Amino acid sequence: MFQYEFMRYAFLASTFIAITCGVVGVYVVARSFSFLAHTLSEIGFAGAAFAVFLGIAPLWGMLLFTLLGSISVGELSMHSDQKESAISAISALFIGLGVLFLAISGSNSRYATNILFGSIIGVDRQGVIQLVILSIIVLLLIFLVQGQLNFDSFDHIGAVAHGIKTGLIGVIFLVALAMSVSIGSQIVGSLLVFILLTLPSSTARYLGRTIPSMIAWSVGIALIGVWAGLYFGFLTNWPVTFFISLIEVVIYLIAYFVHVVRHKL
Amino acid sequence: MILDVKDLTMRFDTKTVFQDLNFSLKEGSMTALLGPNGTGKTTLINILMKLLVPTSGSFKFGDQVRLGYVPQFRNIDAEYPLSIKSFIGLNAPLIKTSKIKAQIKHELEETHLLEIQNTRMGEASGGQKQRAYLAQALLDHPNMIILDEATASLDPVAKEDLMKLIQHLNKEHGMTVLFVTHDVPLARKYMDEYLYLNHQTIKQGKMSEFEGDYE
Repeated sequence: MFQYEFMRYAFLASTFIAITCGVVGVYVVARSFSFLAHTLSEIGFAGAAFAVFLGIAPLWGMLLFTLLGSISVGELSMHSDQKESAISAISALFIGLGVLFLAISGSNSRYATNILFGSIIGVDRQGVIQLVILSIIVLLLIFLVQGQLNFDSFDHIGAVAHGIKTGLIGVIFLVALAMSVSIGSQIVGSLLVFILLTLPSSTARYLGRTIPSMIAWSVGIALIGVWAGLYFGFLTNWPVTFFISLIEVVIYLIAYFVHVVRHKL
Repeated sequence: MILDVKDLTMRFDTKTVFQDLNFSLKEGSMTALLGPNGTGKTTLINILMKLLVPTSGSFKFGDQVRLGYVPQFRNIDAEYPLSIKSFIGLNAPLIKTSKIKAQIKHELEETHLLEIQNTRMGEASGGQKQRAYLAQALLDHPNMIILDEATASLDPVAKEDLMKLIQHLNKEHGMTVLFVTHDVPLARKYMDEYLYLNHQTIKQGKMSEFEGDYE
């Protein structure tokens, strides 16, 4: 299947996306940001629709919306007592906006489907280069603050007690998360990008006992998902996103049941 | 003196937590900060740790002080994945050189956690968790350590273990200890001096002469 150029691009792009989402996901789960990641993907949908309305590439609309969204939702969820209601309200608003932008831009429903459910097969050379560069930026951002990010994400109270600038670390992480949502959406779609951001890393929590080992498991499981998903998608012509979600869910459930059984016995 | 507190006052809106506190701690002393719940013990500690700004007054640590601090609450649930060793290592540089690894091993030994270093924090007992919090703070090489209600949720055996460990740090390593608790019998057994915070003021004295009423 690698004789097809679009499959080579698809593999390259999804490899970088899986690595990025696998790494960032470990912190998403550690910081209990799964719900926020889900909301950001809906905000990303609105951003993509906005970009279609303006006639620019959906990726840039997504980046714009998710960056603004992650900072404001992040602030709101840190300071509001009704964190989940606040996030739900914002998420509802943005889905509404997304539908509106798609309607007034006059694009067909196929385009909406692509944004929501992904269209990795449609990634071209320029798209791959953009995704790779953005992935590297996210990974660099994480790497630069990793010591403090580890402490803050896995022991927030201890980090505060040690005088770590947890507010600043939080904002940097939200930027990295917003970018991951935007690039992840290119492959699995904005509706399902939270799969790559939460499931491999949730599975990794059962398997690893150190942060490096959790990151390794998380990236590995994300890679298995996207690679196998692309392969089965190529074989069957069914949606790649379907296979990726199925594989990630199955791996998660196996790890979960093994964990439960081990602790019951 | 390792700590000097002068006229320290703290108010939240109109509520005065405490007013004009004056006390000092000697180097190598072992002091219990006593008082009923809600009298501002944790508030006082947060001020000393520069996590809160007092309304008025001042405090000064000795020039040579290196503080270690074990806060009252932690977010460690039963599913918390990191091993005891990794949890302690959160307070060490990201790149673990052999020197840093040796330091972590030393603190694991000191807190009797070496044999269970690979146990997940989520699966550790209350006493083991408290010792891990202490080990994490010890990585800062403190000569003064502040523990906030470290024994509050522990069973009697784990309490004794932790107190013996703190006593060891004080006697063998000369560490100054400020131990926040509302457990007077425990403080009587292990602490030399007391600070008693109640009714917005503080009293200081020898633990053996403590006659708090907790009203």
